[in-house]
Amino acid sequence: MDELPLSKPRAMPRLPEIFETLEYGPAPESADRAQAWLEERGRSFGLFIGGEWVEGARAETFDTVNPANGMALARIAQGGPEDVDRAVRAARAAQEPWSQLGGHARARFLYALARRIHRHARLFSVLETLDNGKPVRESRDIDIPLVVRHFYHHAGWAQLMDAEFPDQVPVGVAGQIIPWNFPLLMLAWKIAPALATGNTVVLKPAEFTPLTALLFAEICREAGLPPGVVNVVTGDGRTGAELVGHPGVDKIAFTGSTEVGRLIRSRTAGSGKRLSLELGGKSPFIVYEDADLDGVVEGVVDAIWFNQGQVCCAGSRILVQEGVAEALERKLKARMETLRMGDPLDKAVDMGAIIAPVQLEKIRRLVDQGRQDGAHIWQPSWSTPAEGFFYPPTLCTRVAPASAIAQVEIFGPVVVMMTFRTPEESVRLANDTRYGLAASIWSENINLALDIAPKVKAGTVWINCTNVFDAASGFGGYRESGFGREGGREGLHEYLRPRWQARGRDNAGGAGEVDATKSVSSGDGRPAMLPGDDGPPRARDAMPQVDRTIRMYIGGRQMRPDGGYTMLVPGASGEVAGEVGRGNRKDIRNAVEAARRGAGWADRTAHNRAQILYFIAENLAVRAPEFAARIRSLTGESRERASEEVDLSVRRLFTYAAHADKWDGLVHRTPYRNVTLAMPESLGVVGIVCPERNPLLSFISLIAPAVAAGNTVVALPSRRWPLSATDFCQVLDTSDLPGGVVNVVTGEHVELAPVLAAHDDVAAIWYFGAEAGVEEIERLSTGNMKQTWTEAGLPRRWRTRAQGEGDEFLRRATQVKNIWIPYGE
Amino acid sequence: MPDDITPTGSSAFARRGRRSPATSESHDGHPSARDAPVRPDRTVRSDHEPWNPGTPLELDWLRHVRVNRSAAERRAASLPGRRSVKRQWQAAWLLRAVTCIDLTTLAGDDTPGRVGRLCGKARNPVRADLLEAAGASGLPIRVASVCVYPSMVAAAVEALAGSGIPVAAVAAGFPAGLTPFAERLDEIRAAVAAGAAEIDIVITREHVLRGRWGDLYDEVGAFREAARGAHLKTIIATGELATLTNVARASLVCMMAGTDFIKTSTGKESVNATLPVGLTMVRQIRAWRERTGYRVGFKPAGGIGYAKQALQWMVLMREELGPRWMQAGLFRFGASSLLGDIERQIEHYVTGRYSATHRHPMA
Repeated sequence: MDELPLSKPRAMPRLPEIFETLEYGPAPESADRAQAWLEERGRSFGLFIGGEWVEGARAETFDTVNPANGMALARIAQGGPEDVDRAVRAARAAQEPWSQLGGHARARFLYALARRIHRHARLFSVLETLDNGKPVRESRDIDIPLVVRHFYHHAGWAQLMDAEFPDQVPVGVAGQIIPWNFPLLMLAWKIAPALATGNTVVLKPAEFTPLTALLFAEICREAGLPPGVVNVVTGDGRTGAELVGHPGVDKIAFTGSTEVGRLIRSRTAGSGKRLSLELGGKSPFIVYEDADLDGVVEGVVDAIWFNQGQVCCAGSRILVQEGVAEALERKLKARMETLRMGDPLDKAVDMGAIIAPVQLEKIRRLVDQGRQDGAHIWQPSWSTPAEGFFYPPTLCTRVAPASAIAQVEIFGPVVVMMTFRTPEESVRLANDTRYGLAASIWSENINLALDIAPKVKAGTVWINCTNVFDAASGFGGYRESGFGREGGREGLHEYLRPRWQARGRDNAGGAGEVDATKSVSSGDGRPAMLPGDDGPPRARDAMPQVDRTIRMYIGGRQMRPDGGYTMLVPGASGEVAGEVGRGNRKDIRNAVEAARRGAGWADRTAHNRAQILYFIAENLAVRAPEFAARIRSLTGESRERASEEVDLSVRRLFTYAAHADKWDGLVHRTPYRNVTLAMPESLGVVGIVCPERNPLLSFISLIAPAVAAGNTVVALPSRRWPLSATDFCQVLDTSDLPGGVVNVVTGEHVELAPVLAAHDDVAAIWYFGAEAGVEEIERLSTGNMKQTWTEAGLPRRWRTRAQGEGDEFLRRATQVKNIWIPYGE
Repeated sequence: MPDDITPTGSSAFARRGRRSPATSESHDGHPSARDAPVRPDRTVRSDHEPWNPGTPLELDWLRHVRVNRSAAERRAASLPGRRSVKRQWQAAWLLRAVTCIDLTTLAGDDTPGRVGRLCGKARNPVRADLLEAAGASGLPIRVASVCVYPSMVAAAVEALAGSGIPVAAVAAGFPAGLTPFAERLDEIRAAVAAGAAEIDIVITREHVLRGRWGDLYDEVGAFREAARGAHLKTIIATGELATLTNVARASLVCMMAGTDFIKTSTGKESVNATLPVGLTMVRQIRAWRERTGYRVGFKPAGGIGYAKQALQWMVLMREELGPRWMQAGLFRFGASSLLGDIERQIEHYVTGRYSATHRHPMA
């Protein structure tokens, strides 16, 4: 009750009236301290580079505006190319020492940042509300506490890094671009894991909301963070583009629209930069007839009216079972009448302002379009504030999936409602979207909820709750909502790489690799002639061999190429070793369709998948001499090394058969009464372009983890020596592997790989082909924002355990879904 | 957990419950719950709500009740942070809270003298000079009732004579509700006869814990009949009902049986009124209103000792049910020490200085 003021304003209404009406009065949070903070800095900010405040090289500036009243708050520097370059250099110079400091020292710094943000929590939350327009209740009770928790949690990871990730090293310099909807929280999600793992960062805040990042920069300085570890370069999209394009950046982490994410993927194609993208969403909010409808209504409030609906994971599509649709609609409308919109600094306000006129305009346009498409648009009876950028909470009913408002991310307080009849139909509607960021499931039946959770394509599934976050839980998308995770153990891998990859873009790992020196391609599709050490086996007998037609393997059947052409496969001594089909785009299409039809593979038990992998290994072992001979005849390897490659292939199959039922998830320790299950799930159809070398071992090393994890595969085997893989298809055929799980298309990689990379029903592409193709593959992947794993030019030692198998492969073969299951009766 | 709502063990009651009120009759020596479609006027009620006539027992309704505890707790936890009343709004709300207090003493050492002192406080709950300084001297600021044990009703009635403040009595084997059934009925009748205008009854928790909804329905119906002429508040003792789903179902059954108020706690359970159980109960009141058109009141009781808590409960009422449910006819606080804290806050509002307990007359 300390807030009762000393003076008693006697403004209307007076006490006796309020005694009758019991209206709420104003409950403003003071902005004085935040305004004073701005004043003390002359309402003008430079860039934070190398631990110093510097002016932008081009002296260009822009204003940041309070969306609740349209007033400018401060003048901000527009970072230009010189500034970005300077910041990246500062980060580069700081990276090695920062990494060498060790986990404990970094933990102390992160702990200090957490404590300091905690101490300044009120200033941060008021500043955030001024700059962003979100209700102070949210910045105070949700954003800032999550930020603090993120730094505490990652201080712990820094402490544990040496013990928990002994074979991993930092990626290097991370360029991080964050959005305006949760300015400081997104900063924390980016910076905390990067710093914990020994990376340094150049952060570009959103142009609409730079202020809390600048306050954070001050705090870094106060905390004695070494110069250059954190650099903040403000600016608009141009600044972001400079950062994305800067050659000194090892990794780009971006949160924002799918549109910009696509541009970033495209621009970084072929650069070797690591990428994690948190993009848009149109997340389903599924209500079953046995749900607690009053709880559901509050869930909808949290799902779509939280932060004015400007939330990438907003539950913007209510899918409700027909029997309770009417009741839910009635309850929702009643609840919408009691939402309070107004000055975001008022502590009794539920909804603040939309970030900027441009967003407001977009929301209006989309709602108008929905109306034209026949949707019923409902808004509460109260009116929105006259000044500032406000949009009322909006419920759209009678919406068909085919309507734009049911598909397009509105990024505002607008929710569409559709009905379904059965759980099966709810899943189909939920997944009828390009996105896959989050989903919310409401049912009091645990059997139903746990049945639906794995079926929904989304990186986060909230059961009977929504928009719940924590540092211990990974967050990130499926499909066009992006890739990579932030938070939890799974999030750390975005900032780590295996120690043997000294730098992801270098070839340093290949030194001394025998195979690497042998597998030189002439580049024009013709293989170089390689001598065999003791000579390849030759057909010396006069009796001609039985002619053999080698086919592709699609949908569990040996298939002729659609185009009807073949290619000769030369042997080690220059003779023709065989003839394979020259696949074309239709073969790729057919193979992807077959792989899609084979999707039931993911639903098999892990034990069953393991059994089949063991059986494949068994059948390969039986035919080991034949496969060794084939390798010799193709590559000219010695008898011993060829045999060894087959033996290693059998071992590798055993490895992934073993992993199939051991690549477990985690139960995260999130600070709520709930279970947060981090489940690795298969991706779907994985396109694999195999390297040239080790034609059997590299093929198996790539398809086995994908298949063990439940994916189906379309593989382009070694371009030069495809016969080991095509032989292997016969082994697959006799090993109970269902049709469509592994599909093999032979032909020219330059023709086939781009088709695979561009295919919108392929979830991921692993490209180990010629280096020249990397840029195109990554660029073409943007159609559906598929995950890419490219490693051209990097001669991985397939024979070694460190490089040829293990967690790295399984992580690539899976995506983590976090399922939040609150409990308690 | 008696999650199953099949009328096992209560089939007779369930059958009876489905009958229309007009045709019901007594069973097992219990007066029928359904004999009193018309009830006499009450002497004190700040609004003119019609009686809650109750309905037949609707097991199907109970069967569809769902309460997700985590969701309810989240809502309850966020409510105090979502709404805030300051300055004259806070003072006005707190004065309104005073008018909703059932000023209570339920101690083993109660005496007529102690009850008389409480009644004196009930007449003048806030110092007149403070009301005047707050600009509230024209407002009818007095507590909603004085709540005592049945044996103290006569003393309270006498002490409140002429004030218009009703006397409420806890009855029906308060607090455990495990005295012989006939004695509980007698106790209620005796309290009414002694002049209690309001009766706060307790339910038999066993009926809820064993899922005997028909038994609960009949019990409350019998109490209602015994309390004929008085305003009936039914304590469901949420702290002993184990789950929010039980709380919701018990609330509904009591309303079906014709109670005027549902009340959280006796104050004697180890867990008293909490916002999540309050939220669960008021949502049932809302459902009742939507389904039958009748308004039933709500009374949180036990552990509400601070003005800040009172405001949180009022916010809950306003948000879930609307301002109509923030008056004594539909909302009460069962409290003994709450008034003292509110007085200090009102003085702070008036003077700008933090107050002290001894500056306010004791109850």
